[in-house]
This record gives sequence, structure tokens and C-alpha cells, in this order.
Amino acid sequence: MSAPTPTIPGDAILVVRDLNFYYGDFRGLTNVSLNIAKSKVTAFIGPSGCGKSTLLRTFNRMYDLYPGQRAEGQINFHGKNLLDKKQDVNLVRAKIGMVFQKPTPFPMTIFENIAFGVRLYERLSSSEMDDRIEWALKKAALWGEVKDKLQQSGLSLSGGQQQRLCIARAIAVKPEIVLLDEPTSALDPISTAKIEELINELKSEYTIAIVTHNMQQAARISDFTAFMYLGELIEFGKTDTLFIKPAKQQTEDYITGRFG
Amino acid sequence: MQHAAQTDPVDLHAARVGTFKLQDTLFHQVTLAFAFLVLAALAGIMISLTIEAWPALKHFGPAFFWSNVWSVPEGKFGALIAIYGTVVTSIIALLIAVPLSFGIALFLTETCPVWLRRPLGMAIELLAGVPSIIYGIWGLFIFAPLFSQYVQPYLQKAFGDVPVLGSLFAGPPIGIGILTAGIVLALMVIPFVASVMRDVFETVPPVLKESAYGLGCTTWEVVTNIVLPYTRVGVIGGIMLGLGRALGETMAVTFVIGNANRIAGSLFAPGNSIASTLANEFGEADPGLHISSLFALGLVLFVITFVVLALSRWLIHSGTVKQGR
Repeated sequence: MSAPTPTIPGDAILVVRDLNFYYGDFRGLTNVSLNIAKSKVTAFIGPSGCGKSTLLRTFNRMYDLYPGQRAEGQINFHGKNLLDKKQDVNLVRAKIGMVFQKPTPFPMTIFENIAFGVRLYERLSSSEMDDRIEWALKKAALWGEVKDKLQQSGLSLSGGQQQRLCIARAIAVKPEIVLLDEPTSALDPISTAKIEELINELKSEYTIAIVTHNMQQAARISDFTAFMYLGELIEFGKTDTLFIKPAKQQTEDYITGRFG
Repeated sequence: MQHAAQTDPVDLHAARVGTFKLQDTLFHQVTLAFAFLVLAALAGIMISLTIEAWPALKHFGPAFFWSNVWSVPEGKFGALIAIYGTVVTSIIALLIAVPLSFGIALFLTETCPVWLRRPLGMAIELLAGVPSIIYGIWGLFIFAPLFSQYVQPYLQKAFGDVPVLGSLFAGPPIGIGILTAGIVLALMVIPFVASVMRDVFETVPPVLKESAYGLGCTTWEVVTNIVLPYTRVGVIGGIMLGLGRALGETMAVTFVIGNANRIAGSLFAPGNSIASTLANEFGEADPGLHISSLFALGLVLFVITFVVLALSRWLIHSGTVKQGR
């Protein structure tokens, strides 16, 4: 069975075609094809182990770190296949940022947490750096809470603040796409609401791909939703359509909580 | 029948619980005794060393620790030569072993292909199991001649005219000496330092490294900015562990250090360490001041290694506590 090739309005920034992914001999993704729309939020839902995180991790070649994991197929980004061996992964990752399930502040000050990534690719004067850090923290809705303690350790913040710091860190390097891998699953409801609000504001400038376990969250924040099951893309389309009038029985069963 | 069935198991139960309790208490007491045996041994060593060393310490006073005379015929004994030899060889060993171990540990945890990881890790652990006397014979019969022929002359040629550095490499290139001892020691402590470093590098959460890679970092940038700061304390602990071993190493050092009771500025010159002095002289020492001075040296070594090891334990412990938060 070939996966549905979805059509979405607007520009596609990532064009995924016939993507297969292997953990050693195990096939984690089967013939996935979809488009990620520019400046929109695309959500990936599905039961645990369905391959949604795996798919996200192919977008910035994170799987490269682990021997035995490989991807086949195409992910076109500005006309180049990301999966191409010749593609510079560090550059890809600078253009396609990622925020993880658990907050991962680096063991350094709040200021350094953000400056660190910026310094990798840009040479900024100290006042430019200050501006960039303020800009990123404001974007991440964290500036007000940390502006007086930029020299404290990033680990001193609360979980929700740490996660917003990670988002600030990801956008400070000015990526085009931000990948969010269950960014709120370790957070309390208030922090979650703040992050969701933030995603809403960020999408005007960034393309966002988010993996979430929480269907309500996908419905609230995304423009497009992809439902995955057992490594296959079952259904992909506008979030409203997918949640109100799913085309496939499996999708309906999942979003109504009858399986999963 | 039913009545009996109701009471019997209860009695049986109570009786068995009683036996359990007795067993538990007994077991507890026995293991406690075993554990105290260790403490008793430690205290016993400390006390007997102090008692045996006392005549020398009383005779020479605190000057024993900084006197640089060790003369059996004159009956004059000071610890400085041996302390100098021990400390300098250990420092040389660490200067060589730490960067090498760092590289080994990094390769094993970050860049090594999976199929090589286990064999290489095992080889390093096997290296730790080689008896020190083997390092000694190898150092004396194989390494020292090669070193004097191929390395020492070039070191002298390269640094001989440099003001301070030149004096470190002065003197006849005879192969054995402080520097050789330091190099052999380095080989011996590498497996320990490398395996501790590898273990602490493995404690870095993969997701933290992924976050850094996710920003576009190279492996080197991840290591220097994330892995090292995160594991700093554990790494220091591993280095201290290596230092502890280098300080106390006896046989290999005795073979290659030259066993000369003097302090020379040159690293090519033969010297003596605490452990090698003890190994060399205990057999022929006369009872009295000589023996007692050797015990005093032993006490010094005991205290130095005890402090270093305690410090490393403490650092490693506080490191893991910090990571746990």
C-alpha cells in the first residue's frame, strides 16, 4: 500500500518522499511522503512507537549520531536532499533547530546557554550578542523572568522556564524550521499553556513541526496534522478536517480514543 | 479440621518468623564484623606505622620531612629525596597520561565504531591487569635502552640551549632516571584514568548532547562545551585515582628510576621514590634508626596516598550527587 501523497496549500519548505527508516534490521518508517508547509505548524500524532519522533529526527539527521540507524528516500530542503551523505549535517542542524521532550539546559549560565549556539556560526560584538540574547528570550517569553539573572545557571530555572530557555536557544541561531519533540510532556498545565501560546506566536516567522501525545494540543495549535501508526503515515491534512471529518477509520478510532 | 487449619498455620508462621529473626540478626552481626575488619586493618596499619616510625621522627624531629640527606653509613635520614622522586615522577606520569586518557575516553564514548568499542574497552581493562613487575622489566630492558639511544639525545639537542628547559634535560642520557620512571608510570595509570573518564563521559544524558548537536555543534564542540563541564568533577576524580596509583607504584619504578639518593635538577638523572627506597633497603636495613626511618617514609606515603584517594572519592561522590538533581 502506498502512502497517501498529500496536497497542502502554500509553499512547502520540506518535501518528504518515500522515506524509509531503519533501526538496524527493524523498519521504523515505511514509505512516508508529506510536505511541511512554510510558516505553519504541522503536528504529528499517533500512539507510542508509531514513528512520529523517528520522522522528526530524520529532518535534522539526528539519527546520524547512532550507528545502525539509517534513512532512505528524500527530504528536500531548498532543492537539496537532506539525506544526501554529502550534505553538511552541522549546517542542516543550524537551519533546522530542535527542542526535546525534557528541558536540556546546558551546564552553563542562562546567557551562555543562548550565546553558545550563536557563536558557532556568527561573530557578534558583545552589544550585538546582548541584543540577540534579549531578542531570543523575548521571543521565547522568558525575558521578563530572567533579565536580572542572566549570569545564573540555566539549571536554576523551573522546568517550564528551562524549556522556554531551550526554545530561546533554538531560535537564537535563527533557524528556518523548529522541530519540537513532545515539548510539553514534562511540564505542568500552566507552563504548557505558555509554550503553546509561544508556538502560536513563533509560526509567523518559523516553520514548526511538533510531535505530541496530546491530541487536544495538536488540535489547538496546529494547521496541519499527520496521524501515524506502525511507521506509516495513515492520514495527513488540515487539522480541522482531520479532527472533525477524518477520512480513515483508523484515524477516527484513534482520535475518539477507541484505540491507542 | 477446619479449626485446626485455622490455628496451625499461625503458630507455624510465628515459629518461622522467630527463626528468620535469629538468622537475620546473626547474618547482620557476622557481616558487620567482616566490615569492621577492614576498618581495623586500616587503623592497625596507621598505628603500627606510627609506632615503628616514632624513633626516627623523634630523633630527627620535623626536619625529617625536608632534609635532603639519606645516608646509611652516616646514619642520617631525611625524606625529601624520596618525596621529591615520588611527586615528580607522578606529575610527569599525569602530564602524559591525562591527555592520552582523555583522548582514549573520548574516542570510546563519542566517535568509536560500535564493533571496535568492546574490544578496545576490554584491551584497556586488560592493560590495567598487567602485573607491575612486567612494566618494570620492559622499562628496564627494552624501553630504557631505546629511550637513551633514540629519544634522550634529541631532547637534549632540541632543548639543551633553552635556559630553564635545558637544565631539565641535562646530564648523560643513560636511559634510566626520573623521566623514564614517569613515562612508565604514565603507561600504568592510563587504563585507570581512561576507564574512569569513559564511565563519567557515559553519564552525560544523550539528550543533552543531542541538544548541542541540534544547534549544529561538531563533536569537538560538544565535548569541550557540554561533556567536559558536565563531567568536570568526575574527570578530576579519575585523575586523582591515577595519581594515587602513581604515587604508590613500587616495582616498576624501582626498576627504572635509578635508585640514587640525591636530588638532581635534571629529569634524566637517576633518583629515588618513597616506594622504591623501601623496596630496595628494607631487606638489608639494620634495626634501629634506619628501619625506623623507612617506616617513617612509609607513613609519609600512606598519608599522601590516603589524602589523594580520599579527595578523589569525595570529588567523584559530589559529582554524582550533583548530576542526580
